[in-house]
Amino acid sequence: MSLLTVDNLEVSFGRNKALRGVSFALEKGERLGIVGESGAGKSMAAFAIINLISDPGRITGGSVHFDGQRLDTMATEDLRAIRGDRIAMIFQDPMMTLNPVLTIGEQMTETLLAHRSMTTAEARRIAVEKLDLVAVPSPAARIDNYPHELSGGLRQRVVIAISLLCDPEIIIADEPTTALDVTIQAEIMALLIRLCETRDMGLILITHDLAVVSESCQRLAVMYAGKIIEQGPVDAILSAPRHPYTRGLLGALPQMNTRGGLLKQIRGSMPGIGDLPEGCAFNPRCDHAVERCRAIVPPLEPVAPGHAAACIRVEEVAA
Amino acid sequence: MSKSPSPAPHADAGPHRTGRDAARGPGLNPGQGDTPLLKAKGVEVRFPMPSHFLQRTKPVLHALRGVDVEIRRGEAFCVVGESGCGKTTLGRVIMGLLAPSAGEIHYEGTRIDDLDEGARRPFRRRMQMIFQNPYASLNPRMTVRQTLAESLRYLGDGLSRAQVTEKIAETMESVGASAEWGSRMPHEFSGGQRQRISIARALITDPEFIVADEPISALDVSIQAQVLNLLSKAREERGLTYFFITHDLSVVEHFGDRVAVMYLGEVVELAPVAEIFAAPQHPYTRLLLSAIPRIGGGAFKAERAPGEIPTAIDPPKGCAFASRCPLAHDRCRVENPVLKPTPTGTMAACHAVEEGVAA
Repeated sequence: MSLLTVDNLEVSFGRNKALRGVSFALEKGERLGIVGESGAGKSMAAFAIINLISDPGRITGGSVHFDGQRLDTMATEDLRAIRGDRIAMIFQDPMMTLNPVLTIGEQMTETLLAHRSMTTAEARRIAVEKLDLVAVPSPAARIDNYPHELSGGLRQRVVIAISLLCDPEIIIADEPTTALDVTIQAEIMALLIRLCETRDMGLILITHDLAVVSESCQRLAVMYAGKIIEQGPVDAILSAPRHPYTRGLLGALPQMNTRGGLLKQIRGSMPGIGDLPEGCAFNPRCDHAVERCRAIVPPLEPVAPGHAAACIRVEEVAA
Repeated sequence: MSKSPSPAPHADAGPHRTGRDAARGPGLNPGQGDTPLLKAKGVEVRFPMPSHFLQRTKPVLHALRGVDVEIRRGEAFCVVGESGCGKTTLGRVIMGLLAPSAGEIHYEGTRIDDLDEGARRPFRRRMQMIFQNPYASLNPRMTVRQTLAESLRYLGDGLSRAQVTEKIAETMESVGASAEWGSRMPHEFSGGQRQRISIARALITDPEFIVADEPISALDVSIQAQVLNLLSKAREERGLTYFFITHDLSVVEHFGDRVAVMYLGEVVELAPVAEIFAAPQHPYTRLLLSAIPRIGGGAFKAERAPGEIPTAIDPPKGCAFASRCPLAHDRCRVENPVLKPTPTGTMAACHAVEEGVAA
C-alpha cells in the first residue's frame, strides 16, 4: 500500500467542479510532479490532500488515505497534527509565506513548539540546525534576521527549512521556484532533490514547467481542466507522450522546435470550470478529435506499465 | 515614412516569408556594416535612494552603469539577465520613458534622448513597446477599439475616421483577433488574448522597432507559443527590429539573432545567439546556461552554494560578478573589466577570459 493514495477526488465550488475525479499515489521517498496550466486544478489537487480548500470550495467526492488514515473526512484538529508535521508545504512566494514582523527564529520556534513539547532553547537549536541543512550561511546569526533582510533565494531556503522542522514524510511544493531567478531556481531545486534523497522524503511538486519536472521528479501527472489526463514515469511520458495535450505542451517548448522557425502551438485556450465542453474537455483544441470525443469523457487507461492516458484515440495519436 | 502591413495571414498559418523585408528573416545576416538602427552609448541610470538624515552621502542605486549596444535593422536583439540586472531599465531608456543620467540614445543616426515631446513624436510612431503584464498594460475602462484608436489619434498623422476604422480592422486581423473583439473590454479576455491586443496596439502605428519587455512570461505555456509565433510572423511580414527583453534563455535560443547578457547594470557578454550557446565565454553566462532546466537535462544535478547578486546600491569597485565567480582573482576585485573581443569573435567583459584562463 502506498504512503499516500488519492482516489477519485472531487472538489466543487457550488455546481462547478474544480477537480473532476483525480487519482494518484505517492510511495515513500518518491517525487511526483503535477503539471498543468493556470486553472487546471494542480494546486487544488495537492491542497485537497490535507483539506486546505477554502470556502466556498468543498471536497465532494473521493478519498485521501495517508499511512492508513483517511484525511478527507478527518476532523480539523486531528488534521492540524499532520499538516506541517508529517506533511509539510512550501508555497510560491516566500515573502507571502513568512510573517514580516517576526524574525526567522521566532517563526521557526513557533512551528516547533506547536507540534512538539520542548523548551524554547531546544527549538532554537533545531531551527539553527535546519537552516544549516538548507545551506543558509552563518545560520546562528541569520536566525535573528527579519524576512525583508534576506534575498529571495535565502527566503525560499528559510521556507524550506521551516517545512523540514518536524522531519515530514511528504513535502507539497507549489511552484516553489517560479518567483525566483533561473540560477537561484537551480540552487533551490538541487537542494530539494538532495533533501528528499537523503531523508527518504516524498515530494509533490506543482509546476507549469515540464523541464523542471523532467530534471527533478520520477513520476509525472499532467492535468487539464480538473482531471489528470496523463500519468506515469517522467522519462516515459516525456520521451513518448500519449495524450494529445501532453504532446502539444511538449511540442510547444522552444527547445523542441527548429531555431528561428515557428513553434508548434496548441490552438485556443483551456476552458474555465464553468464552461466545459461536452465529452473530452480538450476536444475543441485537439487535432485528433472525432465525433465520439464530443460524446464521452475518456477515462484514464493504462497504455504501458505504470503509464496511463485519458484519450480514446491513443492508438491513432501515436501512429 | 508610412507603410501598410502586408495581407495578414491567420494565426494558425504555417511559416512563410512572403512579406516585405523577408530576406531579413532569422538565420540570415542582418545588414552588417550599415548605420545601426538604434545605438545606446555609455548609458547610465542612477536613482537616488532615501537616506537617513545623519548620513553624509546619499545612497545611489546604479541601475545602468555604462551600457553600449548597437541594434541592426531587422535583427531580433535579445537582452537576458536576472531580476535587477537593468534590462527593463535599458528598454525604458531606449523608449524615452526614462531619461538617462548619462549617455545617449541614437535612432538612425539622430540623437533622441534629449528631444522635447514634439520633436520626439515622429520617433514614438516608429518605436513601440509591448509590456510584460497584459493585465496591467491595457486601460480597463477602454474598449479594444478605443485603445487602438488612441494610438492612431496621437501618432497617426491626421487619419480620417474611415481610415482609422480600416486600420484597426486590418491590424486586429493581423494579430488573429476577431472583429467582434473591438467593442469588448479588457476584462473579458484571457491573458493570451490581451497580449494579442497589446501587440496590435504596438503594431497599429506601423513601427519599425519594437521593445518587447518579457512579452510571454506572464502567459501559460501553450499560450506562450502562440504569442511568440505571432511576434515572429509580425517580424517577417513587417521587417521589424526587436529589442527583446527576457529572462528565458530557451526563448533567446529560439527567437534571437544576437544577445546581450546583463549583470548588475552592465553588459557582460555580447554575441550572436548560436555562438553564445555553443561557447559561452563569460563565467556568468556559463552559470546562467548551466542553470536552465531542460527536458532530459542536468541543471539540478550539481548543488550550488547560495549565490547572491550584489546590491546595485553603491556596487562593488571591481567586477560585479567576482563574489560568485569561480575564476575571480585579485585584479577582478579592484578593476572592473570592460567588453573586449574574445577568441570566438564575441565580446566579453572578463579579465579571466582576456587572460585566456577561462577556457
